[in-house]
Amino acid sequence: MPYTADAPVTPPTRDELRARVPGWGADLDPADRPAFPRERRDLDSGAHWVLPEQQPELAPRERSLEHERLTPVFGTAQPVKGASGLLKKLAYARFSEGKAAHWLLLVASDRVDAIESHLASFGSLRPDQPVTQTGVRGELTHHGWRSRVGRGRVDVKHTWIDPILVAGPWVLAGALAVAATRKAVSR
Amino acid sequence: MKAMEYRGPYKVRVTEKDIPRIEHPNDAIIRVTMAAICGSDLHLYHGLMPDTRVGSTFGHEFIGIVEEVGSSVQNLHPGQRVMVPFNIYCGSCFFCARGLYSNCHNVNPNATAVGGIYGYSHTCGGYDGGQSEFVRVPFADVGPGVIPDDISDEDALLMTDALSTGYFGAQLADIEEGDTVVVFGAGPVGLFAARSAWFMGAGRVIVVDHLDYRLQRARDFALAETVHFGEVDDVVLRLKRLTGGLGADRVIEAVGAEADGSLLQHIAGVKLKLQGGSPVALNWAIDVARKGGTVSVLGAYGPVQSAVKFGDAMNKGLTLRMNQAPVKRQWPRLMEHIRAGHFRPSELLTHRFPLEHIAEGYHVFSSKLDDIIKPVIIPAAA
Repeated sequence: MPYTADAPVTPPTRDELRARVPGWGADLDPADRPAFPRERRDLDSGAHWVLPEQQPELAPRERSLEHERLTPVFGTAQPVKGASGLLKKLAYARFSEGKAAHWLLLVASDRVDAIESHLASFGSLRPDQPVTQTGVRGELTHHGWRSRVGRGRVDVKHTWIDPILVAGPWVLAGALAVAATRKAVSR
Repeated sequence: MKAMEYRGPYKVRVTEKDIPRIEHPNDAIIRVTMAAICGSDLHLYHGLMPDTRVGSTFGHEFIGIVEEVGSSVQNLHPGQRVMVPFNIYCGSCFFCARGLYSNCHNVNPNATAVGGIYGYSHTCGGYDGGQSEFVRVPFADVGPGVIPDDISDEDALLMTDALSTGYFGAQLADIEEGDTVVVFGAGPVGLFAARSAWFMGAGRVIVVDHLDYRLQRARDFALAETVHFGEVDDVVLRLKRLTGGLGADRVIEAVGAEADGSLLQHIAGVKLKLQGGSPVALNWAIDVARKGGTVSVLGAYGPVQSAVKFGDAMNKGLTLRMNQAPVKRQWPRLMEHIRAGHFRPSELLTHRFPLEHIAEGYHVFSSKLDDIIKPVIIPAAA
């Protein structure tokens, strides 16, 4: 196709599009687009304060180095705890968001948190167990095979990795526990 | 109360938690009647978002009944049926005062790079979410809205994120009459973006995915042409051919961190978490846009670096536009579209799971089983 000043593909006419698509062109005028312009000073957010009251800090709350103060409102859902908590506190206290170390420490702390929490659960009345928590029963109730096979799905190329990622650490931990027990018994 | 609880990557369960309490005078406590699992919840579920703590309750798409309000709340009253935007925002900071509600500076102590989001890790503020029987809603006079009587629960639920985000993404693309618009991703957000592109005057809409049943929805619901990228050798080349060799005027990326299409990128970004996600769809969007065109990014990525083809974006003179949607700004116009009968968003709600079966819900949604598009979670108390 020669590259001329004309658009290479001519769109259908307005009438054709209106006949085919309900509401076609209803927001043609940018004034009808609620996100336009992106920044507006004339919106009423509902706020009836200049600065919100401060939520009480009942327990020390970690915050980004980039905030000069604790924000007026914050979540209190899962306070830091254990070794993962030490890593998280270090990430927040030492590195700004611009440093890769900040995020990589947080990623690492999440893995530590998972291990700590799994171990802690074994001392509780409701230990973690990966079978029900992964919802793998859905494979039986929602057509796992039929949903994947013969459908041209690209993700089937790596689906096999998931069970290894999820069950692998449990199998490995179990094998190590058995080996350690045998060694202790044989002494 | 019963609540979904994250137990580490790929693992969730239902647990007993204390009912949340008023922690700030402008808080409200909402009894959740309906929640949804969002595609972006899967990023948390797969362990991709830093500082996602074990014990977290996810869920940033929910509606419910006002149970209790704090002492300074003026606009909400117990018993009202409300929809809650996924954004937590104060309404008064530098950013909120300019309408950037998704970029509030007063609600997230953990990061300045993102605002506050319900149930979306401590990186987004450390708030529990709505996949539970009750949820704490900060700034009750700002975020939640009373659901009008003529708007269904299902449509209201979708307006809390997926519908508003898709509609917002079409606006970000700066569509002009007759434009060719390519949408990557035929999940709920991509389908809503594709459908919304017509409202802005698109002349042609093409949706790209690899799931056949979702591409069927793209044809039926979004009235779009489709390309199955698993059935073509080179999806970028195919789209260039479809657009006369120049590329698309506007491209909307509605996939985000878990994109398929490159096994190497997927394993590095998603399985091994060496990047802030797999940027395959974003790179395709950059490749497919015509020179001088616009790429609207709706896909969510982690804050760690990703291998994005920025040089091509620069050399092509692209405009890259992106943000988390300022949800509440979208509602009045979206309700007008619904009332005018332009579309029925709830057509995309395909599955309902009781909260007790949420682990199964996550697995089915994550694995794209049973032709799932959008799952709804129903708490027992609802």
